[in-house]
Amino acid sequence: MRKITQIAALAGVSALVLSGCAANEAAVEETTSAATETSTAVVLEGTLDGSGASSMASGQEAWVAGFQELNPGVTVNYNPTGSGTGRDQFEEGLTFFTGSDSSFKDEELATPHPNCSPADGDVFEFPIWISPIAVMFNLEGIDTLNMSPDTVAGIFTGKITKWNDAAIAADNAGVALPDLAITAVHRSDESGTTGNFTDWLSKAAPNTWVLNGENAGDLEAWPAEFGGEGGNATSGVIAAIAAGNGTIGYADASRVGDFGTVAIGVGSEFVAYSSEAAAKIVDVSPIKEGRPATTLAYDLDRDTTESGVYPVVLISYLQGCMDYADDAKAELVKAYASYMLSAEGQEWASQNAGNAPISEDLRQKALAIIDQVK
Amino acid sequence: MTTLGGQVKPKVRLGDLVFSRAASVAGIGILITLAAVAVFLFIQALPALNPEADFSGKAENPISYVTPYVFGTLYGSIIALAIATPLAIGIALYISHYANRRFSQILGYIMDLLAAIPSVVYGLWGIMVLAPFLNPTYLWLNENLGWIPLFAGQVSATGRTMLTVGIVLAIMVLPIMAALIREVFLQTPRLHEEAALALGATRWEMIKMAVLPFGRPGIISSMMLGLGRALGETMAVALVLSPASIINFALLTSQNSNTIAANIALHFPESGGDYRSLLIASGLMLFLITMLINMLARYIISRRAEFSGAN
Repeated sequence: MRKITQIAALAGVSALVLSGCAANEAAVEETTSAATETSTAVVLEGTLDGSGASSMASGQEAWVAGFQELNPGVTVNYNPTGSGTGRDQFEEGLTFFTGSDSSFKDEELATPHPNCSPADGDVFEFPIWISPIAVMFNLEGIDTLNMSPDTVAGIFTGKITKWNDAAIAADNAGVALPDLAITAVHRSDESGTTGNFTDWLSKAAPNTWVLNGENAGDLEAWPAEFGGEGGNATSGVIAAIAAGNGTIGYADASRVGDFGTVAIGVGSEFVAYSSEAAAKIVDVSPIKEGRPATTLAYDLDRDTTESGVYPVVLISYLQGCMDYADDAKAELVKAYASYMLSAEGQEWASQNAGNAPISEDLRQKALAIIDQVK
Repeated sequence: MTTLGGQVKPKVRLGDLVFSRAASVAGIGILITLAAVAVFLFIQALPALNPEADFSGKAENPISYVTPYVFGTLYGSIIALAIATPLAIGIALYISHYANRRFSQILGYIMDLLAAIPSVVYGLWGIMVLAPFLNPTYLWLNENLGWIPLFAGQVSATGRTMLTVGIVLAIMVLPIMAALIREVFLQTPRLHEEAALALGATRWEMIKMAVLPFGRPGIISSMMLGLGRALGETMAVALVLSPASIINFALLTSQNSNTIAANIALHFPESGGDYRSLLIASGLMLFLITMLINMLARYIISRRAEFSGAN
């Protein structure tokens, strides 16, 4: 009998405790929903799909998390399929915005986009993601080296094979360079990083970056003729650089770690990579002409001699319609793009993904475009 | 009793019916899956086989594009088999004929554990541990045996070479090969073994006379199973190998012929149009190679079986 009363008492207490919990939760929910209603005038709801460059995947992750925290009713999906696939999907009407390592090609501007209204209406694009590509090396006791673009091109085309080569020594007086073979590491998969790196070499070192007697141009896939060692994706390159002594490679600057880095010859000085120096390249580069005013496509001035500019950068564009067929999607794109472009959004991505915030000037120009999206 | 002497009709039980149908469905299911994969590969590869196909400068024609990768696939797998086969036979013999019961059981479990490690882990281990560990050996081989073309050339500074890939693949196929060979060796008729011993054979002679001839078809089919896994291995190769689209017999350089599977993995995510079809066409090629090798293996085993004394 005593046992039964004990059990009954226990049941009573637990019921009390459980209901107490439930009451608490309801109260919390009410206060949070009240708070969001007061902070944003319009409550956004819905799903926004985008895809594109994998280079800015870490940035998009940060932005999506930040944006969804401010707008709990919205789900943003960014699928890092690669730039080419991203633009294709936008063209097919599967997505509403694209992240791309290159701007729209002229024929892509001319093709209709089913999600825009009208389908052949204007699109927008502007750089949203700028990230320095560091040329990094693994040499014991050496943290930084100066190299002209021609020297870097010589190393990566297999013409310079020793670390104590005269071309390297000439720019690094006082550094004890070892008599060691250079292993140049490149990406074995196709990537925008390789595309931007080779674009820089083809413009800044046209006389050394030569394949079969001609300028090799910008290449997404590394040609076998240049030799060197391949690594799968950024992490593979990093692993390869770490595994050998006397290795040199290129990768997103956020991954430098303990490796030594190359200060790149620009004009008469050598510029080490930094977010600010990387963001500057956009400001000194001209916008491509003969395109709609809503497309800020830059012809990156990679062979600039401007002081303090780091020319080895990867820039990715945000692309979408100026007028969406579905007004609800237009609202979402506008809100999401404005968030990415906001000072906090840029700061947030930079903290989480290690990219360079875009310059204030570019930010204002891009915001002016986004304001017209409807 | 009017039906005396008439045929007794076998009674069909429900269980029998259900089981036989289920088994048939499972068997036919395999054929359907295989056909579906083959059809998918063929249809998706068709655009690349069109002479007008545009590979945007990444390839000239399908044959010259796929040749280095076919070579790399076969080369890496043959190296792996050359390393794994003697090891697998040794392990199987040790477990079946030398180790005591308890220990051989533990060893068996450990071999099975090796088979459960995902290939991406083998790849990471290969690139982060094995490659740097082997590199001094490679340098030594190159210095002292560099006159052999296999060891010639500029040695990779990171050890991510064809030989490392061969070794990683060998370790990956080892468990399945050793397990299969062990099972075959265990089935050697006791009478054969005892007869050999009774004639005064040492244990090694007994193994040579009784166990190995009996197990030969098992060894061959285990090699084919191992080869099948090595041919299609993707992740470990993509991670470990420093690839290039060339044909290169040298084992120790940075410029290694990539394998078909790893090449697809590296290039598919950013590919489009006819080039994507070309990658799938190379997958079709791998499919055909694997099929040919398996048919060859079946043929060898069926011929050998008559002489092996296994029947």
